[in-house]
Amino acid sequence: MADRTIFLERRSYRMRRVKDAARLLPLVGLALWMMPLMWPLPGNGADPMPMSYALRYVFGVWLFLVLASGALWWRTRGTERAGDPGRPEAEDG
Amino acid sequence: MVSLNQLLFVCLTYVAGLFVVAFLAERAALRGQGGALLRSPLVYTLSLSIYCTAWTFYGAVGYAARSGLEYVTIYLGPSLVMIGWWWGLRRLVRIGRSQRVTSIADLISSRYGKSNLLAIIVTLMAVIGVTPYIALQLQSVVLSLSIFAGTDAAPGFSPVKAALWVAAGLALFTVIFGTRNLNVNERHHGVVIAVAVEAVVKLVALMAVGIFVVWGVGGGVGDTLARIDASASGQWEVQGSRWAALTLLAAAAFVCLPRMFQVLVVENDDERYLGIASWAFPLYMMLMSLFVVPIAVVGLDLMPAGSNPDLFVLSLPLSQGRNGLAMLAFLGGFSSATSMVIVATLALSTMVSNHIVMPIWLSLRSGGATQSGDVRNVVILARRLSILLVIALGFFYYRASGGSAALAAIGTISFGGVAQFLPALLGGIFWRGATRAGALCGLGLGFAIWVFTMLLPSFGVGAGLSAETFDQGLMGLVWLRPQALFGIEGLDPTVHAVVWSLSLNTLAFVGVSLVSFPDPIERLQGAQFVNVLDHSGPARSWTASVAGSEDLMIMAQRILGASEAQSFFRAEADAQGITGGLPEPTPAFVQGLERELAASVGAATAHAMVSQIVGGTSVSVQDLLAVADESAQMLEYSSQLEQKSRELTDTAAQLRSANEKLTQLSLQKDAFLSQISHELRTPMTSIRSFSEILRDADKLSEADKTRYASIIHSETIRLTRLLDDLLDLSVLENGQVTLRMGEDRLEAIMDRAVTTALTGAGAPLKVQRRTQNPDIMLRTDIDRLVQVFINLVTNARKYCDAAMPELLITVHDAPEGLCIDFVDNGSGIDPDMQSVIFEKFYRISGAQGDGAGLGLAICHEIMTRLGGRVQYLSGQSGAGFRVVVPQSVIVTQAEKITMSAPT
Repeated sequence: MADRTIFLERRSYRMRRVKDAARLLPLVGLALWMMPLMWPLPGNGADPMPMSYALRYVFGVWLFLVLASGALWWRTRGTERAGDPGRPEAEDG
Repeated sequence: MVSLNQLLFVCLTYVAGLFVVAFLAERAALRGQGGALLRSPLVYTLSLSIYCTAWTFYGAVGYAARSGLEYVTIYLGPSLVMIGWWWGLRRLVRIGRSQRVTSIADLISSRYGKSNLLAIIVTLMAVIGVTPYIALQLQSVVLSLSIFAGTDAAPGFSPVKAALWVAAGLALFTVIFGTRNLNVNERHHGVVIAVAVEAVVKLVALMAVGIFVVWGVGGGVGDTLARIDASASGQWEVQGSRWAALTLLAAAAFVCLPRMFQVLVVENDDERYLGIASWAFPLYMMLMSLFVVPIAVVGLDLMPAGSNPDLFVLSLPLSQGRNGLAMLAFLGGFSSATSMVIVATLALSTMVSNHIVMPIWLSLRSGGATQSGDVRNVVILARRLSILLVIALGFFYYRASGGSAALAAIGTISFGGVAQFLPALLGGIFWRGATRAGALCGLGLGFAIWVFTMLLPSFGVGAGLSAETFDQGLMGLVWLRPQALFGIEGLDPTVHAVVWSLSLNTLAFVGVSLVSFPDPIERLQGAQFVNVLDHSGPARSWTASVAGSEDLMIMAQRILGASEAQSFFRAEADAQGITGGLPEPTPAFVQGLERELAASVGAATAHAMVSQIVGGTSVSVQDLLAVADESAQMLEYSSQLEQKSRELTDTAAQLRSANEKLTQLSLQKDAFLSQISHELRTPMTSIRSFSEILRDADKLSEADKTRYASIIHSETIRLTRLLDDLLDLSVLENGQVTLRMGEDRLEAIMDRAVTTALTGAGAPLKVQRRTQNPDIMLRTDIDRLVQVFINLVTNARKYCDAAMPELLITVHDAPEGLCIDFVDNGSGIDPDMQSVIFEKFYRISGAQGDGAGLGLAICHEIMTRLGGRVQYLSGQSGAGFRVVVPQSVIVTQAEKITMSAPT
């Protein structure tokens, strides 16, 4: 562990955080897509969720995830060769 | 109206086009051309779209018509997996590349210690799970055909016959492009490019229908949404449990389906493509599912009641008179079905032939694989037979099931089956503690639960399982009811099956892994799989560019030598028609080069080296073992060679020294002959001349006569002595001398020698003797020893140049024996000469006297015979000689007593 650098320069630091975001994105997507679990079902008393809203919500989340994933890819592309982010390194968690 | 024949014509043209595209791609790949297109991330992303099968194309609309928005879960799961590529897929692709994985069965079996049992189980599970899915594709094509046939009322249209033709066509395509060449990476460029084309066709077709429905029929987005809200399924009515369970199931199946594994991992050329696919594939999925609900709602509105919602995509345009659109939609559905069947068959046949057919064939055939060409043909044959087998299974399933069940149900069941691989797969790549026993138990239990709760009930009550089992449980055990395991009732059957099978599968897998112990290979593989990101970089692609050729060239030069390697590469470049450049690294060329290298460094090493450059695979433990084996053999061989060469060197050195000795001896012989002729001639000359004077001179006085005669006499004596000495020396040197052993006191021997030597001496020589122990007795050849002493004393007498010559004889003990030193007070012998005084005929230049120069040589020979030696003593006041008599010659006190006792 002696050969580990503890602090990174600004650019590498930024890149690490972008990769953190890439790791977090599927969890965000999962959480958003599981939101419908809390919507009321017909027959439970509350007003049922109209289909048009449900469609807009599900596809809206989808579009957001595609755009976010594309943006993260745009930021990280070409950096995989330089430093393998899979290794446990400094300021990684 | 489109006639069936028109449809068939368009369909066949389309298929022919696919064949051409696949053929061109395959040819370009073989030549190493078209790299940019063949290995573009776009093609990779599009090839992933085989996830969207006819189930998606037709079935999703039917699904939406029946269950509202629930259909979308089938796409949400894979989208999440793809967006989360940084977690799992990257690792999976890296492992697939570094371990040269050919299928999901291969991956699981090699992770768990190359267990063939595991591979067979996974293969069988995959075949059982996927066969209904293949049947589903056949069914969808036949259904879509029957729509056209039905409206046309074509005579002689038989669904089963149509299914048979479709199956045969697909089998043909897969056999041709799936088994064209065997390469270690199992990549099929022709198939992938055809799949990519079909992906575009199905997306365009579905979106065209969707746009037509929304803007052409529905009257725009707002109107369509209003129509949706007003329809029967206009409210959110998806059960939460199904929503979550189906998302999970789809995510699991996306990774575990053999065909998805094939395009996702095996056909992956560059791991960076995953980054692009991470957003492009969810986009594709979103577009594919965007118009599903509008089509379903509008279809339910417009189509007569009772029409099959699974076919709205086709029947809606047809009912609106849009034949071209209907044709496009048909091609889209056809594309979805065919691409899925082709890739699924390819993936399954790889598994079946690699893990079932080949092991059986090899074990049946004693002697094993002896010829590579031989086995190659067998592998291709096995692959082709497996393809036919898989498609035949699908066809027979279709015939048996009668094509009645709703499309969506079959798809979900299939997903449930393959999802059972998930715990073993994820555990294998993330957890080093996962063991083979755990994987076997988990897979077995999960699969059994799947069969019991999902597959068999799908055939209906009384078909797969009896009504009794449904009500009372298996063998009357109430807690074993297929849709209410452990007495928990009221769950949706799909959720029930997914939750129980996956959770018990995981539980068994983890539990057994915790208590079992993996064998060494398993532990090695486990470490390699789990730590794959630490020790392998993103690798280069396979049919690489000329950069690969350069690397190969550099390596080949190191091994084969520069001129050999260059001529090999030049010959290949000529064969490829390239002038003045490096050849393209085609598979044939790379194989040839590997063989060439194998001749120098061994097959395993050559393979490891070539694949390091060309395939970018990391070297596996097996490879390393083989390399170590070869190295050990080479080391042994080289050490044998080294030993032999050392022996040869020794022999050569011995021969050289023997030769030198012979040369020396020959020189000595020449010197000896010239010396002896000189020594003999001198007295002979004087004898001849004086005898001639006596004969020819008349007036000689008596005194002269006497003087001349005495000269002749003394010369004759000298000749005689010389001859005696020569004879003596020759006898001594030849070792023919017999020693006459006797015993005497040293003092007595000395007395005898000195007396004899000084008899008749011209110049007086004063001899002094100092002896520590005068009573020393010697047992040796006394006469010879006396002869040596006489010689030494005589020499001192003759050659001592002091005015008052003196000789000091001292006797003292030394570890090597008794030393008797003869030192005179003369000027001694030059250091240069000291080494040659024991040679024959050597006389110190300018020395007086009549010696022949044999005295010291004789002394030397005698002492050697007696076991001692004589040497020159340098550093004395004058000339000094030391005679060393060995200890064995000295008679000890004890010996004296025993010897004197009997007398």
